[in-house]
Amino acid sequence: MDASLIPLLPGAQVLLTALVVMLLDLFIDEHERGLLAWISLLGLALCGAEAILLWGSSEGTFGDTLLLDNFALFFTQIFIAVAALTVLSSMRYVRETGIHEGEFYSLILFATTGMIVMAAANDLMVFFLGLETMSVAVYVLTGMWRSSARSSEAAMKYFLMGAFATGFLLYGIALIYGATGSTNLNQISAYLLEPQGQWPPYLFVGGLLLLVGFGFKVGAVPFHFWIPDVYEGAPTPVTGFMAVAVKAAAFAAWARILMHELSPLDSDWALPLRVLAIATMTIGNLLAISQPSVKRMLAYSSIAHAGYLLIGIVAGEEWGSTSLLFYLATYAPATFGAFAVITLLTEQDKPKEDYGHFAGLGFKRPFVAMAMSLFMLSLAGFPPLAGFTGKFHIFRSAIIAGHTDLAIIGVLNSLLSVIYYLRVIVMMYMNEGGVKGKSFIESPYLYTAVGLAAAATIYLGVLPMRTLEWSRSAFSSLF
Amino acid sequence: MVASTSTVATLELLRWIPLIPLCACAINIFFGRALGHRTAGVLASAAVGVSLALALYVFWLLPATGIFHDLLYTWIESGSFRVNLSFQVDALTAIMLLVVTGIGFLIHIYSLGYMAHDDGKVRFFIYLNLFIFFMLLLVMGDNLLLLFVGWEGVGLCSYLLVGFWYHDAKNTIAGNKAFIVNRIGDLGFILGIFLLVTELGRQGIWTLDFAELPKHVSLLTPATITLITLLLFVGAVGKSAQIPLFVWLPDAMAGPTPVSALIHAATMVTAGVYMTARLHFLFAPAPYTLSIIAIIGAATAFFAATVAIAQNDIKKVLAYSTVSQLGYMFLAVGIGAFSAAIFHLFTHAFFKACLFLGSGSVIHALDGEQDMRKMGGLRSYLPKTYWTYVIATLAIAGVPLTAGFFSKDLILWQAFSHGSYALWLVGVVTAGLTAFYMFRQLFMVFHGSSRVEDHVKPHIHESPAVMTVPLIVLAIGSIFTGWLGAPEYLWGSLWDRWVQPVFGGAHGAEHGPVTTEILVTLVTVAIVAIGIYLAYARYARTGTRVVPAEAAAGLYRVLLNSYWIDEFYDRIAVRPFTRVSQWLAQIFDPLVIDGLVNGVAKVARGFSLIWREAQTGNVQHYLIGFLAATLALLIYYLRQL
Repeated sequence: MDASLIPLLPGAQVLLTALVVMLLDLFIDEHERGLLAWISLLGLALCGAEAILLWGSSEGTFGDTLLLDNFALFFTQIFIAVAALTVLSSMRYVRETGIHEGEFYSLILFATTGMIVMAAANDLMVFFLGLETMSVAVYVLTGMWRSSARSSEAAMKYFLMGAFATGFLLYGIALIYGATGSTNLNQISAYLLEPQGQWPPYLFVGGLLLLVGFGFKVGAVPFHFWIPDVYEGAPTPVTGFMAVAVKAAAFAAWARILMHELSPLDSDWALPLRVLAIATMTIGNLLAISQPSVKRMLAYSSIAHAGYLLIGIVAGEEWGSTSLLFYLATYAPATFGAFAVITLLTEQDKPKEDYGHFAGLGFKRPFVAMAMSLFMLSLAGFPPLAGFTGKFHIFRSAIIAGHTDLAIIGVLNSLLSVIYYLRVIVMMYMNEGGVKGKSFIESPYLYTAVGLAAAATIYLGVLPMRTLEWSRSAFSSLF
Repeated sequence: MVASTSTVATLELLRWIPLIPLCACAINIFFGRALGHRTAGVLASAAVGVSLALALYVFWLLPATGIFHDLLYTWIESGSFRVNLSFQVDALTAIMLLVVTGIGFLIHIYSLGYMAHDDGKVRFFIYLNLFIFFMLLLVMGDNLLLLFVGWEGVGLCSYLLVGFWYHDAKNTIAGNKAFIVNRIGDLGFILGIFLLVTELGRQGIWTLDFAELPKHVSLLTPATITLITLLLFVGAVGKSAQIPLFVWLPDAMAGPTPVSALIHAATMVTAGVYMTARLHFLFAPAPYTLSIIAIIGAATAFFAATVAIAQNDIKKVLAYSTVSQLGYMFLAVGIGAFSAAIFHLFTHAFFKACLFLGSGSVIHALDGEQDMRKMGGLRSYLPKTYWTYVIATLAIAGVPLTAGFFSKDLILWQAFSHGSYALWLVGVVTAGLTAFYMFRQLFMVFHGSSRVEDHVKPHIHESPAVMTVPLIVLAIGSIFTGWLGAPEYLWGSLWDRWVQPVFGGAHGAEHGPVTTEILVTLVTVAIVAIGIYLAYARYARTGTRVVPAEAAAGLYRVLLNSYWIDEFYDRIAVRPFTRVSQWLAQIFDPLVIDGLVNGVAKVARGFSLIWREAQTGNVQHYLIGFLAATLALLIYYLRQL
């Protein structure tokens, strides 16, 4: 057994920070709680630095149940970046809404720890541990705005649905364990590669239940029902966190477990996955069109994007996986940024999320509106922004893998999506009224978060090669 | 065949031609308000001026068959597939460069005057510079993907500028329409690129470079090439407003007039023609596609010209006329006369920009009036506008020795000598129609008795020099640009010698007997003369009989409403789609009913209800859906076993 603890470092760093924040919360005064945000950011920055230093390592620990490779590190960077942006954009928001700061930040950090474990898990049980660490923290975060009925309702729904999905997942793990005699991914993979007569039928059922569980977590149609309600009800920075980091974590585990280690089963779920991908893209986009609330529209948009990501899963192999990772990186800043802009519109604990509330934003806050336009255009796949390069690679991987039809449906869908993304821009630049200028949440940190997300959206579109290289080397580290 | 005969040289200067307008755009975004309206506008114009100077310099340096190339960096690379951010200038691009920066510069200057009193001036110039940047990317990109980036970018800017005066909801709707119709075209365009990439990829060739593609065209089957080019042409149909996707262009006139001149006449709408010319090596070996292009081009030219006859809005006439002239260009493309198509694109840019800016000057003078029935007799009030308008009208009508005469005549002669007599005939008749509706407009606006409304009359004034000087420059161009491409029986075509090498000498000017050529020209000239005379007889001598839309009957009404194409689309496409989306929202997602209609009320009922809500309400539905899907998957698996 390898005794090295280095692979634990990034996760432990965030966990430690979470504990410090939680404990310190007890000892400091109400008005000094802003400090907690800075401690959280510091911890995340340290973790980020460690992840950069560890890049290229490939080391397992605890009997290879945790594997710190480039794949894990790539996702760790995404989680940390999103967590840091979430903290930045919440600093004023939590005060306005009366959310308890110490708990809020530490829960964000706990959830991040869970995600890091998920991305690095090389064992189904450890993966499950990470998943639950993340999920429980996010259930609580969803309901943290206690004075808002909507928030509590969302948390309750999320919890009920999540528990249901967890059951499927756990049962799937149990069946796979029963069939293969192990929960360790390497050993499961070795079992599957062994030439033998027949696999027990319940192995497939196990794989299927795992697929259902992942389908729920990423919000694939028809397991998506919870997303609009929960995303709409949750405090907006938490929604951004969920739409990006939680989704990325689920895809990370999906990519490692289903695409890679269980790949001998590929041929059995090729067709359902194709159906899932098509349904997710199409239903997500069609329903997004008729939403009156931008926040809810973005929830459906995140479903649609899960559909594009599923194309990467279907395409599989080197290109599919690389483009999946890259797409997640390009999707992250635009989606998070859009939710951050909605956060900005929260006025004295009253959410302002309808299209109408965006009216005239282009004249009241030209830079915020410009950033929002960038986010919308990027999500619509408009060149030369991040979303374009992301989609380009996803669709190309589908073509290479012989799924030209999926690529074409993807293109059709992204053309469709323009309708509702554009509406936001129309509202901001071609209408007047909306929210009064002085009632925005004026926080330099929130503006920083929006600015960083906008910069990343342009950067990943104009200069995508470095990140693409990282995605590729993250994928290759799986072998 | 092209790449082998041309010399490629690196010229790092190229990148600055698009980057300078982009920099000006960025400066105005961040400091525009601080700089003030005037400075921002001057900065934007100066940036395009610098680009123009650079373009002229590059034009001067460029040898006849040479290509300049400038690589910035590798934009996208995956495996052997590499797309560079790099620019190239050959004779074709050089001409487009001059059109974009030259006309662009004049229109920027003009806008300084035209938009002087507009509050959104800084925003206007930001969009305008961004447009120039994307347009330059479109014409300078050395691969299909960069062309596509520019293609999408100009579409976005066009949309933002059409909806610029958003106070009028009609303008916003027009902007949306332009964007959505263009997306339909773009769908074809994207699929065409897709198919090209896939089919070449199947042969192990991964490239989108214009320099590489011609070498591999022979790997594709004729059927594939036909399909690819048809799909690409769908993109051109959208962008260049051809039948059946032309509907957005007349509505796009809702934008400020300089925008109509720059985007919807001189540059963006011609991108489709440029694209087909740039990909001539794909289109030339696709005879079926070419014949479709020729038919659509000719049909559009004729159809739009008939509609233009009945319009009373000064800008609508010009819009349909643009659609019609673009039809001529596609007619030329369709018979393989790419050089003639680009020549008409070039001359058209001058006289149409001149006409639009002239109409802007009229609208400016009349406090925003666009109805020609409320104009007339403006000749004496706006002398400079009048004379430049006369010259541009002569040019578009194809009166001998003007630019439009040479370029239109070249297309018609090519059609004739190509043996496409039907196309030629449609072209000639359209030329007559063009002369009629343009002179009708000229007479209705500038001649006859004044029908200007009384409260406007005292304010009529000639536009300031900042607006009239660009008009004069364009009017000069409306005459002399045509002289570059004179037929052989006059002094010969400098144009052909310059542009033809790009198209590999294929489909060069087809020389028939000179006497036939002159005779054919005379036929056109006679028809044009008849058109002008009819317009004169009907509209110049007395005041115009005003025909209100509702009273109009018969053919006139059909034309006035442009054959009710818009209404037709609304019935067959827009409404059913809206219905499906709504239906789906209701059937598929009970949240829309429960969540949105009742949701607000439910939330208000408070926290105590939530538990009950969660137990008896939606969550159960969700779980049932979840379970059903899982079962469906399970059944699928079990059947597999």
